[in-house]
Amino acid sequence: MPHVLTRSLDRSATVFLGVVAAAGVLIPLSNLLLPAASGLQVPTYLVALFGKYVCYAILALAIDLIWGYCGILSLGHGAFFALGGYAMGMYLMRQVGSRGVYGNPILPDFMVFLNYPGLPWYWYGFDMFWFAALMVLVVPGLLAFCFGWLAFRSRVTGVYLSIITQAMTYAFLLAFFRNDFGFGGNNGLTDFKDILGFSVQADGTRAALFALSCLALIIGFLICRAVVTSKLGKVLIAVRDAESRTRFLGYRVESYKLFVFTLSACMAGVAGALYVPQVGIINPGEFAPGNSIEAVIWVAVGGRGTLIGAALGAVVVNYAKTVFTSGPLAPYWLFMLGALFILVTLLLPKGIVGTFNAWWEPWKAQRITENAVSAAREDGISEPKMAE
Amino acid sequence: MNVMDTRATSALLYLDGVHVSFDGFHAINNLSLTLAPGEMRAIIGPNGAGKTTMMDIITGKTKPDEGEVLFDGITDLTRLDEARIAELGIGRKFQKPTVFESQTIEDNLLLALNVDHSVKGTLFWRETRAETERIEHVLETIRLTEARNRLAGSLSHGQKQWLEIGMLLAQDPKLLLVDEPVAGMTDVETHQTAELLKQINKDKTVMVVEHDMTFVRELGVKVTCLHEGSVLAEGTIDQVSSNERVIEVYLGR
Repeated sequence: MPHVLTRSLDRSATVFLGVVAAAGVLIPLSNLLLPAASGLQVPTYLVALFGKYVCYAILALAIDLIWGYCGILSLGHGAFFALGGYAMGMYLMRQVGSRGVYGNPILPDFMVFLNYPGLPWYWYGFDMFWFAALMVLVVPGLLAFCFGWLAFRSRVTGVYLSIITQAMTYAFLLAFFRNDFGFGGNNGLTDFKDILGFSVQADGTRAALFALSCLALIIGFLICRAVVTSKLGKVLIAVRDAESRTRFLGYRVESYKLFVFTLSACMAGVAGALYVPQVGIINPGEFAPGNSIEAVIWVAVGGRGTLIGAALGAVVVNYAKTVFTSGPLAPYWLFMLGALFILVTLLLPKGIVGTFNAWWEPWKAQRITENAVSAAREDGISEPKMAE
Repeated sequence: MNVMDTRATSALLYLDGVHVSFDGFHAINNLSLTLAPGEMRAIIGPNGAGKTTMMDIITGKTKPDEGEVLFDGITDLTRLDEARIAELGIGRKFQKPTVFESQTIEDNLLLALNVDHSVKGTLFWRETRAETERIEHVLETIRLTEARNRLAGSLSHGQKQWLEIGMLLAQDPKLLLVDEPVAGMTDVETHQTAELLKQINKDKTVMVVEHDMTFVRELGVKVTCLHEGSVLAEGTIDQVSSNERVIEVYLGR
């Protein structure tokens, strides 16, 4: 284990984790402890907003793991995110109990409204947090496993895979829109009351959820780093760059893709599960193909194959979205997003972090050589003295 | 009872009556060929003779419609996938040099080592002394020790060809399939490559597909000429190149 940690944590990774950890501690503390008038207090609405960004960052990390390192461009990762969100939403719905509009102790409001005779079997167990938490991982993971098993074994790659992932999330969108599918149809799941006994509206709960999201981002990042810095990570890059070469070396490529795709889907599920209590709603809109594509744009902007870039891209693009969609420029946001994607593709194909690395690393390497040269020169001067 | 008795043939590679067609085009037509253990064989033939398709069949990329492909006298290669065949000990060098460009030369060799290829094995992999020594050894053989930490993408064309041969060595196969190793090489590099292949042939069976006749002559091994998916002539380079049918095919008469 220690060698995994030392291998995974280079300087930039440590800085990144430090920043996330500091945000995860300082933002909730400032929100809870500082007086509102102090000017330093982070208002609750911002805590929730930042929490949303952190969840998006986890989703971006999941996408970067498969796209940046293994070359699998999933345009349907929003589906795994939304499924994790629905699993959490189902738990939150069951927690409402008799406090709903119709006061039914078992059935959520929408089921009473739609005249459900009883709770559908697939809602069983979601009154228990541990079960819901397990489903947050199992449902997206199992779906990804089955989907990946079929797709990768049939050697569906490249743009064809992207298209079927897109079709998958669209199929879920249509299914979840149906009222008789049992997940609240168009309106989705909302009006949550509490989570593990704490009110979802309370400042303390929001602060805790934010801190937990940061913790999940840290753990997700560490898992991804451990994977990509292992020999398995080298195999993934090999698959990305020359798939058939990798096969002829004796690697069963489909197993590698399946592993990393399933891991990625589980991470996306966790991101969705943390997202739902912070935004207070999950509806079929989360399955919209556009959402998945947007998430891919975050990764491209931040820099694919860098992990840090993915997280950074998610935060930067979503911050821009928040700023621009609330002002007079709101109608033009999609054009701006499209332009951003085109500009990044043309001018910064490696994304923000990738470009920074390309610029920084030769400079750093040069400095190291210069130091080595001057050190050698000093040694040369001191040598005759040694001889005396 | 001798274990050898269970073998259908003493040949390391045995192809018999192999047919493959793509949409009605007979790429391989009743191809029969045997390679003895320790042998080096050069395969020549005009474009479209089925040389690359034959390698695809041996390595499991293409499944033949008919015929037998036996490795080591016992293993039916037509039932196995690429990864399994590679693990059995058949290595392949592609026509176009294919190395992992965004990884270092050392990592390219590390990936090629014939150690545990499972997901679990690579996830929890730790470098061992034996592996490091083997990589050192291969680096020396292909003369890239100095460049070990450079990205493979930064190598010259000839060096990439060598790195790919080095990857084959790291893979330590029983049989090497080498597709056009000297394409795009200078005369000096071509000569060095011939030497390298001869050296490799000391303990491995090699099959080389090549257009370059000077190179084939330099190898000085038995030559098989393919045409329209089957064997046209077999023998020394002089015998084959003086064969009437071969001359006809090459000159397109």
